[in-house]
Amino acid sequence: MAEEKLTMRKKIQAADRMNRIMADYFYGLDEAATTGKRKVAWCTSVGPAELLRALGYDVYFPENHAAMLGATRMSTDLIPAANAIGYSPDICSYLTADIGACLKGITPLSKAYKGIESVPKPDVLVFNTNQCRDVQDWFAWYSRRFGVPSIGVTSPKNVNDVTEAHVDDVSRQIQALVPTLEEIAGTKLDMDRLRETVSLSRECTELWKQVLETATAAPSPLTFFDGTIHMGPAVVLRGTRVAIDYYKELLAELTQRIRDGVGAVDDESSRLYWEGMPVWGRLRQHSELFSHLKASVLASTYCSSWIFPAFDAQDPFRSMAKAYLELFIVRADRYKETYLKGMLEKFRIDGIIYHDAKTCPYNSNSRYGLPQRVEAETGIPSLVLSGDLNDLRCVSDEQTKTNVEAFLEQIAEGR
Amino acid sequence: MSKPVYVGLDIGSSRTKVAVVDSERRLLGHAVKKSGTDFSVTAGVCLDASLEMAGATRGEIVNAVSTGYGRSNVAFVTGQHKTEIGCLAKGCYNRFPEAITIIDIGGQDNKVIKLEPDGRRNSFKMNRKCAAGTGAFLEEMSFRLDIPLEEMNGLARQSREMVKLGSYCTVFSATEVLEHIRHGKKVADIVKGIFYSVIKRVLEMDSPTERVVMTGGVVAHNPYIVEMAEEMIGRSVLLPELPQLAGAIGAALYALEEKGEANG
Ligand code: SF4
Repeated sequence: MAEEKLTMRKKIQAADRMNRIMADYFYGLDEAATTGKRKVAWCTSVGPAELLRALGYDVYFPENHAAMLGATRMSTDLIPAANAIGYSPDICSYLTADIGACLKGITPLSKAYKGIESVPKPDVLVFNTNQCRDVQDWFAWYSRRFGVPSIGVTSPKNVNDVTEAHVDDVSRQIQALVPTLEEIAGTKLDMDRLRETVSLSRECTELWKQVLETATAAPSPLTFFDGTIHMGPAVVLRGTRVAIDYYKELLAELTQRIRDGVGAVDDESSRLYWEGMPVWGRLRQHSELFSHLKASVLASTYCSSWIFPAFDAQDPFRSMAKAYLELFIVRADRYKETYLKGMLEKFRIDGIIYHDAKTCPYNSNSRYGLPQRVEAETGIPSLVLSGDLNDLRCVSDEQTKTNVEAFLEQIAEGR
Repeated sequence: MSKPVYVGLDIGSSRTKVAVVDSERRLLGHAVKKSGTDFSVTAGVCLDASLEMAGATRGEIVNAVSTGYGRSNVAFVTGQHKTEIGCLAKGCYNRFPEAITIIDIGGQDNKVIKLEPDGRRNSFKMNRKCAAGTGAFLEEMSFRLDIPLEEMNGLARQSREMVKLGSYCTVFSATEVLEHIRHGKKVADIVKGIFYSVIKRVLEMDSPTERVVMTGGVVAHNPYIVEMAEEMIGRSVLLPELPQLAGAIGAALYALEEKGEANG
């Protein structure tokens, strides 16, 4: 066999700081839950975290935990436990993995953080169905399990243009949560604190956007796979100063890479876009698969979903509503197509990969002819990979590899 | 007198195919064997058989390219390995240099590949993780019906009244087949229904363009499938002389292009 030099993805130095930040975050939550010093709210990834923080809650995100179950490859063994109590293998594998973990009394937190024995017990569960219905059912299970209320926002879905009527609706729903949340927190909402939290979220999101946009450089200093790790603080700590400081450091490192002409993938020869969820249990393999082929997967819808330009401290409730509604996952295909075309152009993309995740139809955008329409308009080739976010029973490594290699051959031959 | 040859090895999950070409792109030798569990050994046996047919020796190999499921498992490959999609495209375009849709029905998976008039790949699709529509599905059905795989083609041809299967899934289809047997349906009619379902599954993957080429082991051994496909698509289908060898020939051509044409 011809000698091949394996091209690797480079480590980001700021990762160590991020690991410390995440450790502090989880120890803080553990302390809040075990001592009762602070109340703990569980929140969906784009639920009203700003409101919860302003009320003094420590905020925990089950989706983040579920992604950890996936990334540590624990999920595939846990999912069957949830399947067995009636949660189908066809529904969200975040949900089934997370419920399975709870049923078996297992958490990756206790492996990663010495002294933590379980996930932090919630005082309240707060969802937003802007992403899917599964989160509501997921939280409903915990509500029964822990005997705590599950409240939230039922959001409009499949929206092309976000209208004032949509914003009115969601804004009112968020405000309607306040009395219950105040009662559980044992405190009144301080509007100044809410404004400040919204403003911090806005700042965090701006910096995260700049981090992701460093990938417009060629070679790109960062990949999608880095992004899925480094988005941690933007997901779990938005609305805090810590997240902002972290992204300043990360941005500085990436900007320096650009100045030095250092790419995340050596000899970057193709620039790819990832549409859909990551396959958490295959992050490293996928990252290596692409970098060995000198392909940089450098931009994604997924990582960009934590950019919320709408946050406005002057109008906290309405701007939160708008931010949660403007999300890609909430939108209809006409909007999604325009968005994707913009991303392909901005990041100078050679090919787009759609991950069709078996258990998440909401993040699988290849099922209603969208790839064909985008490809016809842009001429940029696309590939659909069948897989899943957490259920590795739905992933075929061999087919993934062949598909990806064949796709890169196609891109190379098309030049 | 030494003659430079170029080798393509297509190590599929069910069959290993080897093709040997000369610098004029002529096919000199070929062989097909069950891949078994030791890909490398099978590849060696196949290689020697095809070299013998070509009247060449291992020493005359200028370059060898591997493809298929076991493409990284063979030691004597000198060139880069390529995907079976790339090799099928190359092999078919070499035979039919025009805009084509290639439908490959293999042992474990199906592929639909579309080529531009200049041979560039426009798109490709591989089937998903299940056996639906593949050779593995036919094998399972031949087992259920207790008839040898080789007899399926002849049986399907005898059918007067096809029995359609409704399900995607190999396990469900097996149950359906048993149900039809219980109801006294003729085996020939069921086999034709099985063939029909194979083609349906493949045509669902993508819509074929005007000129369709069919390849793969299932096509090679069951010419009636091609006739049925022609009827379903509504036009005639192009068939290379050795449909099962298309990928191996493509790999051999890659080997030639990579090293050979300069020496050719
Ligand atoms: S969007 Fe998908 S992955 Fe996320 S919670 Fe909903 S179903 Fe699960």
